[in-house]
Amino acid sequence: MLALYGTEVASRLLLGTARYPSPAILAEAVRQSATEIVTVSLRRETAGGRNGGAFFEMIRALGVRVLPNTAGCHGVSEAVLTAKMAREVFQTNWIKLEVIGNHDTLQPDVFGLVEAARILASEGFDVFPYTTDDLVVAERLLEAGCKVLMPWCAPIGSAAGPLNLSALRAMRAHFPDIPLIVDAGIGRPSHATTVMELGFDAVLLNTAVASARDPAAMAGAFAKAIDAGRQAFGAGMLEPRDMAVPSTPVIGRAVFA
Amino acid sequence: MRLIVNGEPQTIPVTTLSELLITLDYEGDWLATAVNGELVHREDRSDHALNDNDRIEILTPMQGG
Repeated sequence: MLALYGTEVASRLLLGTARYPSPAILAEAVRQSATEIVTVSLRRETAGGRNGGAFFEMIRALGVRVLPNTAGCHGVSEAVLTAKMAREVFQTNWIKLEVIGNHDTLQPDVFGLVEAARILASEGFDVFPYTTDDLVVAERLLEAGCKVLMPWCAPIGSAAGPLNLSALRAMRAHFPDIPLIVDAGIGRPSHATTVMELGFDAVLLNTAVASARDPAAMAGAFAKAIDAGRQAFGAGMLEPRDMAVPSTPVIGRAVFA
Repeated sequence: MRLIVNGEPQTIPVTTLSELLITLDYEGDWLATAVNGELVHREDRSDHALNDNDRIEILTPMQGG
């Protein structure tokens, strides 16, 4: 089981709820993924709250835990206010904290992120910071009160997969006891397996599932890939080497010459 | 009263935040409200007096990643 701010979950897949072809397909993807946590957002709407209400009712019916986000926030005060409004709506202290610093890469503004994390942690939030794979930033986030880290492995929605394995490996080695969730940039199940083999605790996905031709089937594929990577990490893997090692015993072989 | 509601300038004859929600036909327990960049809790909306040029944000749950 994975413990996140005192809550234990069996599934190591967190699923975003954006960009699905229909609410029914989203619901089926959530079921196939076996996820226990979905991310949601807050937006302005003009339909008197009824659109948001219908969406929220559907999420509640799925029986999963909600991780609200501050997606699209580019400043500290904006992110903090959005987090507070999310707590008002979703009645949870959990918040996926995004403070975006670059329009093209959607890279976190790590300075603003640390500042916002400190404010929110002091106000009782359980902060899940969407961050880079930088160890110094990670240290600052932990000092600010975060007990979980969510490093990107590539830009949001890029499907590029883990771009810097050594940075991710270093992060795992440096924070052996902190839950680490790879957020953003996963494109295919093998990417998820790779980061889970490195010892990461979970993966947060959205576009790779939502934009698949068959999102529900892809959600199932990711669930298996994540389990496989986790099991392999636990089982202990061979280190690669340059020269061959015979797998069949040499002793006792016949000599025909 | 001149207000900016979700970024749109409007002239609406209301005195409190809860009156504004009723007048604009907002409903449900899934709304979050802020006035001039400060959260206004659900239970404080009926006591929250509005003033000319207040900026009001009314947010609801949406898909997110």
